[in-house]
Amino acid sequence: MDREPLTRDRFWKLYHDLERGRITRRRFLEVTGIGAAAAVIAACQGGASPTPGATATATPGPTGTPAAEWTPPEGVDLGETLNLTSWFNYHDQATLDRFKELTGVTVNLVTFGSNEEMLANLQAGGTGWDVLVPTNYTFPTYVELALLEPLDMSKLPNFDLARQENRFLEPAYQPPGSTTLYGINKDWGTTGYVINTDVVTGEMTTWKDFWDRTRDTYSGKVTIHDYQLTSIGNALKYYGYSFNSVDPAELKKAEELLLDVKRHLFGITSDYQPPMKSGDAVMAMAWTGDAVQLNRTIPSIQYVIGREGGEIWSDFYAVVASAPHREAAYAFVDYMAVPAVAAKDALYHGYPLVDSAATELLPDDFKNNPIIYPAEELLTPLEFGAAVTLTDENRAELWARVKSA
Amino acid sequence: MVQGPAAVAAPGRGRGRAVTALLLTPTSLWYLLLLLVPLAILIVFSFGERSPVGGYHPGLTLENYLRLPTRQAAFVNTLVLAVASTALCALLGYPLAYYLATRAGSRRTLLLILIALPFLTSFLIRTYAWFTILGANGIPAILGALGVSPRPVLLNTHFAILIGIVYNYLPLMVFPLYVSLERLDKRLLEASKDLGAGRWATFRQVTLPLSAPGLISGALLVFIPMMGEYIIPNMLGGGKVFFVGNALVDLFLQSRNWPFGSAAAIGLIMVVLITVSIYLFLTSRGRVQREVSQL
Repeated sequence: MDREPLTRDRFWKLYHDLERGRITRRRFLEVTGIGAAAAVIAACQGGASPTPGATATATPGPTGTPAAEWTPPEGVDLGETLNLTSWFNYHDQATLDRFKELTGVTVNLVTFGSNEEMLANLQAGGTGWDVLVPTNYTFPTYVELALLEPLDMSKLPNFDLARQENRFLEPAYQPPGSTTLYGINKDWGTTGYVINTDVVTGEMTTWKDFWDRTRDTYSGKVTIHDYQLTSIGNALKYYGYSFNSVDPAELKKAEELLLDVKRHLFGITSDYQPPMKSGDAVMAMAWTGDAVQLNRTIPSIQYVIGREGGEIWSDFYAVVASAPHREAAYAFVDYMAVPAVAAKDALYHGYPLVDSAATELLPDDFKNNPIIYPAEELLTPLEFGAAVTLTDENRAELWARVKSA
Repeated sequence: MVQGPAAVAAPGRGRGRAVTALLLTPTSLWYLLLLLVPLAILIVFSFGERSPVGGYHPGLTLENYLRLPTRQAAFVNTLVLAVASTALCALLGYPLAYYLATRAGSRRTLLLILIALPFLTSFLIRTYAWFTILGANGIPAILGALGVSPRPVLLNTHFAILIGIVYNYLPLMVFPLYVSLERLDKRLLEASKDLGAGRWATFRQVTLPLSAPGLISGALLVFIPMMGEYIIPNMLGGGKVFFVGNALVDLFLQSRNWPFGSAAAIGLIMVVLITVSIYLFLTSRGRVQREVSQL
């Protein structure tokens, strides 16, 4: 072990071990060598400055070793674990491993298929969750129920509000007009569908195409989200209604469509990458990042945003009220607010970022990818999900009925 | 029966009772806290209303029970698949248990270990394996290569769930059957043969009735958990083939209608109770009749 080359990362790990009393000063000096240590400290302090912009020199790359881009807050006991509740295929394991290297905190990732499930668990209480990744429209409900902590911005020195793209910010402020922040942006995206063009031919540009062809040519080979918000919302688009409609007559038509489509589906699941990869499914309702990841593995898989519109959304990092590992939660959110960290993570998950400094760090093939950044005319008709769309009882019951039919 | 030990313990009866009470307290508390209290909560909730943002709001209404027919498909799926899987487990398990108990000889221990072996891996991994086996690149691809056209769709069907359930529950059927068959007095079989009964008659009139307790407990052991099964339909049914368990999860976690979810849970408990009672009634009546006819 002592023969291991003393990298900058290893040095910091040893340094933290020394600080926490896990190794002796003598052992620390032995392993590092004072001269080497002095050199590395000088190098590290240059790159570890928390001032925004200083990190912009570090260019993330999928293969490059991460720089010491972030240092844990001093004099704070972060504990040993952190419970992160999020979505499928949404975090680069390397990002989480790196956090552990820097802090000693193991991130336990739990994934869910819908915001409702997350909400239900938090309502029931006793989850032990620390960091949550909720979507824009959940904030009014979470804040009303006091399930999230108003963020203490002094613990998030790497987050800079001025760098965030405006149109994705509003939902994280509550109540309107106040400056209290309940979440900081992770990324944004759209809800469309993926098609495997090896099998799916002909023009596919609308939600009407999606639902119609599910019922004829591609019967048995299509999946839709196990999520009322998007599955009902995009069924509503078939008739040109609002994605957020709670009008009983419009919902009734959406239900008829969904019930008719159900027997033609391969599955109802939010984890649709496996069937798309295996060929069990050739078409699937999909979010941006899954489309990017699938397209990366199988280039013939393409992403379509329905011309009628649909959903645009933004996800946030939020700290759960009464989080058992509160300090580690803040440390993690701050770590993810570092542009270099967020940019490197984005190369894995494939969702566009809201932080302009992070976006600058992304390579051109990411920034020019039309799946990630769709044409403006496709974005214009998209709607943000509304708070009531999530909590409306009729939509919830409609979906449960469709699934158990 | 009770008198024997009681008489022996007579001098220390007071202390004996105290010890008995002490030993039973943890179990009683366990059942009280983890079975009866949740059940009481479930009953109270089932008469309540959904609060506007989801969850429970106190109330007194029968509406949740009146809405149960909207979950008819889930109840039917559950009952049909649980009954079919139990029957299939019995059909597959009986010959295996019989072989183990009577013919396996020195290989018996090894075979018993092999049957229990899958339990050493995670249930999720075992079930996920079927996801691959039944998926497009699994059995359907092999059948396709053999010229079967069109390739059958196996995953996300009733069939996939049946396979997954029988695979996972079969050992629970085999072990009680094995124990009852292994204890079978071989002299009774010889007596039956001596009295002129053929193999089939011996099996039907001696072996089967004597192994009935194993069959009955095995059937209950697999049927009751099957009725509450959630993970297998979820993984191998692709959200399309629904069990009551899945409907419950949706009601609690997705639509967050706890009162309706509670009513559905009570409904499931009632269905299990009724089915098991009918089953026990029929099996015990069958035995009484046999005993009467044999007299």
